[in-house]
Amino acid sequence: MPSTAVRPVRIVVAKVGLDGHDRGVKVVARALRDAGYEVIYTGLRQTPEMVVDAALQEDAQVIGLSIHSGAHMTLFPAVVEELKRRKATDIIVFGGGIIPDDDITALKKRGVEKIFTPGTPLQDIVDWLRKRFPDSPAK
Amino acid sequence: MGENTDPVLLKRFRSGDVRALARAISLIERRDESVRELEQALRPDAKTPGVAGFTGAPGTGKSTLVDAVVSLLRKKQSSVAVLATDPNSPFSGGAILGDRIRMQRHALDPKVFIRSMGARGHLGGLSLASREAIRLLGAFGFDEVILETVGVGQSELEVAAVADTTVVVLTPNLGDSVQMIKAGILEIADIFVVNKADLDGYTRVMAELRAMLSLAPKAEWKPPILATVASRQEGVEQLWEAVLAHRRHLEKSGQAQALSEQRLRDETGEVAAELARRRARQALEDDPELARRLLADRTPYRTAEEILDRKR
Repeated sequence: MPSTAVRPVRIVVAKVGLDGHDRGVKVVARALRDAGYEVIYTGLRQTPEMVVDAALQEDAQVIGLSIHSGAHMTLFPAVVEELKRRKATDIIVFGGGIIPDDDITALKKRGVEKIFTPGTPLQDIVDWLRKRFPDSPAK
Repeated sequence: MGENTDPVLLKRFRSGDVRALARAISLIERRDESVRELEQALRPDAKTPGVAGFTGAPGTGKSTLVDAVVSLLRKKQSSVAVLATDPNSPFSGGAILGDRIRMQRHALDPKVFIRSMGARGHLGGLSLASREAIRLLGAFGFDEVILETVGVGQSELEVAAVADTTVVVLTPNLGDSVQMIKAGILEIADIFVVNKADLDGYTRVMAELRAMLSLAPKAEWKPPILATVASRQEGVEQLWEAVLAHRRHLEKSGQAQALSEQRLRDETGEVAAELARRRARQALEDDPELARRLLADRTPYRTAEEILDRKR
């Protein structure tokens, strides 16, 4: 039984934009579930507004975005901006996909906290979340 | 206000801030006591929403059907909240909650609120958490609440214990009629829906259901059997008509009153169990002597009685 004192980490995981490559995001969702997190998968072709709306309704602390279409420089910051607009900047955003190093630096500057590129071991993502939410009841 | 209470939570909740509602439901999920004060404060202006529960085996199209019902209700200008429950992993406690995928078209509609819940995350049980969440949703102004749960264990029974009307969703080719008796679903259904009615095997499942139900003991309410193709919005109007007919039946027969009284009693029992569990845990933590005796004598029953008999 999870403890009552700590807030379990809830993560909204989404594919933004016109990109149907959802194998990666499902593998990540599964790994996060196995690590004890509650993952809300919202499916394909999400707009930034939809993702943020889901995160607010689900009381998620984290949004994980996956993108393989090359539109990350537009869509990732758009999610961060939407969070600002909805006064929900405490929700952190991370992303994954085929993203060049230069873009990673730029995205971090624009408020995306972490980017994972292809080939990242799943454990790295879990470890990052554990470090980010050390009190979470996830095992 | 309790020490954990966000002092502005109530104000934000009253002003219609979705995030405040979402946070309050999280508090309920993890049995945070501070939410009780919020509930108390909201009680005067709380209306009681209609509550329909949808349950059925994985893959029967529950989420798609709920999505179709939400569309219908929105056409009727009702606001709708969906509480969708998926199982947690028994090993990690984690969960993948995927019911939203089928409800995309209601994203951004401010009159639709969708919340996913892990079934196992609730000390005190899903029904207790759902009841409290329903009250909050009512206070927030939702006309209708739809509970959706996958019928793979006991969670569907807990939903039946909370919903006014329980809809059991079946599809063709789920297995033969023996599966239906086994599953225990016959007893909880107020309405049967055979979804994906465009598939082969539709006539057979309808016939089997009818045969099964003809053997059921006579009751005032005879569960209707309806057919839907949720992905094409077919049969949804009739389904909602049946839900409303069941609701009228509950009112007219006086069952609604009896049910709500019984549920208050049940809920009190559940809350009492939860408080007792909390007290026991605390007592064993605070009193090493008691814990030592428990381990030596191995008599949890006696220790429990001793804890509950103690003056506080």
